[in-house]
Amino acid sequence: MRLLLLTAFLPAAAFAQTPTLQVMTYDSFVGEWGPGPRIEQAFEAECACNLVFTAPGDAAAMLARLKLEGARGRTDVVVGLDANLLAEAQATDLFVPHGTVPAVDLPVDWTDTTFLPFDWGWFGFVMNADMPQPHSFQELADSDLKVVIQDPRSSTPGLGLVMWMKAAHGDGAGTLWEGLADNILTVTPGWSEAYGLFTAGEADAVLSYTTSPAYHLLEEGDSGKVAPIFREGHYLQVEVAARLAASAQPELADRFLAFLLSDNAQRTIATTNWMYPARDVPLPEAFAGLPRPDKTLFLPPADAAAARDAAIAEWQAALSR
Amino acid sequence: MAGRAVPLTVGLAVLLLTFGPLAMVAAHAQGGWGADGPALRFTVLQAALSAVISVALAVPVARALARRHFRGRGALIALLGAPFLLPVIVAVLGLLAVFGRAGLVNQALGTVGLSIPIYGLHGVVLAHVFLNMPLAVRLILQGWQAIPAERMRLALSLGLGPRDIARHLERPMLKAVLPGTLAVIFAICLTSFAVALTLGGGPRATTVELAIYQSLRFQFDLGRAASLAALQFLLCAAAVLLAGRFAAPSGFGRGLDRVIPFAPAGWRRSADAAVLTLATLFLAVPLAMVAWRGLAGLGDLPPSVWGAAARSVGLALGATALTLGAALTLALSPARWAGVVATLPLAASSLVMGTGLFLALWPLLPPERVALPVTLVVNATLALPFAFRILHPAAQTLRQDYGRLADSLGLRGMARLRWLVLPRLRAPLGFAAGVSAALSMGDLGVIALFAAPDGPTLPLLVQQLMGAYRMEQAAGAALLLVVLSFALFFIFDWGGRRGSDL
Repeated sequence: MRLLLLTAFLPAAAFAQTPTLQVMTYDSFVGEWGPGPRIEQAFEAECACNLVFTAPGDAAAMLARLKLEGARGRTDVVVGLDANLLAEAQATDLFVPHGTVPAVDLPVDWTDTTFLPFDWGWFGFVMNADMPQPHSFQELADSDLKVVIQDPRSSTPGLGLVMWMKAAHGDGAGTLWEGLADNILTVTPGWSEAYGLFTAGEADAVLSYTTSPAYHLLEEGDSGKVAPIFREGHYLQVEVAARLAASAQPELADRFLAFLLSDNAQRTIATTNWMYPARDVPLPEAFAGLPRPDKTLFLPPADAAAARDAAIAEWQAALSR
Repeated sequence: MAGRAVPLTVGLAVLLLTFGPLAMVAAHAQGGWGADGPALRFTVLQAALSAVISVALAVPVARALARRHFRGRGALIALLGAPFLLPVIVAVLGLLAVFGRAGLVNQALGTVGLSIPIYGLHGVVLAHVFLNMPLAVRLILQGWQAIPAERMRLALSLGLGPRDIARHLERPMLKAVLPGTLAVIFAICLTSFAVALTLGGGPRATTVELAIYQSLRFQFDLGRAASLAALQFLLCAAAVLLAGRFAAPSGFGRGLDRVIPFAPAGWRRSADAAVLTLATLFLAVPLAMVAWRGLAGLGDLPPSVWGAAARSVGLALGATALTLGAALTLALSPARWAGVVATLPLAASSLVMGTGLFLALWPLLPPERVALPVTLVVNATLALPFAFRILHPAAQTLRQDYGRLADSLGLRGMARLRWLVLPRLRAPLGFAAGVSAALSMGDLGVIALFAAPDGPTLPLLVQQLMGAYRMEQAAGAALLLVVLSFALFFIFDWGGRRGSDL
């Protein structure tokens, strides 16, 4: 009987000594096919800790939940905030700097010491290779192609597209949106619905990432998807991680942030998150062979936040006609 | 008085769950209030059109179903439950497979050089009619079934023709049933978001719910979210109260529970056949496309799908029990407030509900630990308006026709439930349980924010699969979700209809 009691309590006792690291991230990160499970396994193998993911929705939902939790939150690390929302994130004072400028390899210089990029990608229009491919927004507007995009008011890629247009065309963005209006088949609330419409054959192209064709090549053996490169350049999405000020175990949190940039973790990113890893690690051939834009467009977080409302209003006005 | 205390308690609980979260959000608001004029206009316009067209089309279908008996009639009535239960994105993809740019209709039209674009206000209304017309048919059909056989027999023996029967029996019945049905569908469409945006073709089709989403997720403007959510409630309450004013009690009195099919011959027979054929095609073809798309992915489902399915079914059954208890209590209550209280959750924005509940529970409990119970209670609340609307006419008839007799016999409490209520409300109870269970399978608006750690529910898994590019597997998992929802619906509905004339 005593032995039975002892064994019943043993796991609990062992568990109590193991620190738990609470990591908040977006839902597709922790899915069976996302990077979450692999990263968890690899980190737990070396940290003598228990890594627990919390996924309250997409990147925007994550930031909203952190704000709702406020300063009393139990989250140690957040993974997957979108650079376009960083000004808002910065303003909450929920996050603390991790100290150094991270050694990352991005198409832009990264100097922020609070938010650590762990992967990135260029937005792009994914389409079937047998269709006439546009190489600029103007060519897309002049074509008969029907594309499906996401709403900037409810989706981070949708917001990315509006910033892309603004960064590339500035004051000319409104006119270009008007030209594009008849090419936009419809607007969906999120990326999944839009991509679903495209793969169902309803649209000729979909706003996604230039890395999306690699998924079709590697997972489906389908080389027929392309993301044509636009001459004005492509807007960059950077996904970042950060430690929360309220974390009770800052050292473990920092270890996890460092681990995110380790070779081990970075190598899983490409084929699980279908983005470019933030450090220069060997890529699968399907990734290495993807065409890359000559020019990268990116608004620093403060500029992005300042431009956002007007850019969305411009988009809305042009497409509401 | 004990008889009044129970409905009052239930009503208060529903009100607390409906408005409590809104109050929490408003209490945390820092910014001012805000409205969105164009979004409000579009929301009301599309909801009103959707409600009117759904009901206008449902009347001839319900009449044809009420007066014709044919092989497969039971199956067709069951099928009417299906569109309503589809997860939103699945319904949209199913409709687009038929009416979309690359859909069956436009492929056929393309051979003669034509095409009809689906995106726009008409597309939004088409989708809402697809989703809600079947519900309207079922609600109106109940009205037809409630015309006592004795009345029909009297009318026939007096030599009344179809026109006179329409005037003396059917129109009074419709006057009692239609306003409530219109109000329900209007309220459902008020909170439409993904359907309206996707089929509306762009920001022209911005609804209030999208503005709420934007406020909560991107602007973190809780004041604006709360004021928009309050606006939705006001619209919903106005619709329900207006419906209450126009609804005239049919006052047929009780009969001996038989239905005399009144089946006029001649052109009416052909017309009924045509109506039923068209309605079946309209509903079944998109459903068939959903099944077709899902079949390919069904063999390739990840093992985690079964755990997710089990969680979802468990949640659905728990929520159904709660919903039925609350709906029956409120439906049997003579008070007019019961109808308003039971309908208001329809206009609840699930996002505001999730956010408000999070704000309320966060200081007390770890959110991940209460994720499933909270989802269960929220799903039960969101299903309540449907269960109530299904039970209400029959429950009121029951109260009027048998209430005094039961009181004078001293039939109370469990005995009354067992000997009077359950047997007499068997068919609507089965239907209500089926709809509640199936609806609770599908909802995911609330659970996401609480982030249950022990694995996703089936709708959440569908979303995860889509988010990971796995559209085919997602379609398979969605088909599984539809099949399970429909199975739950069918079992309850069939159990209720068995032995009744419906």
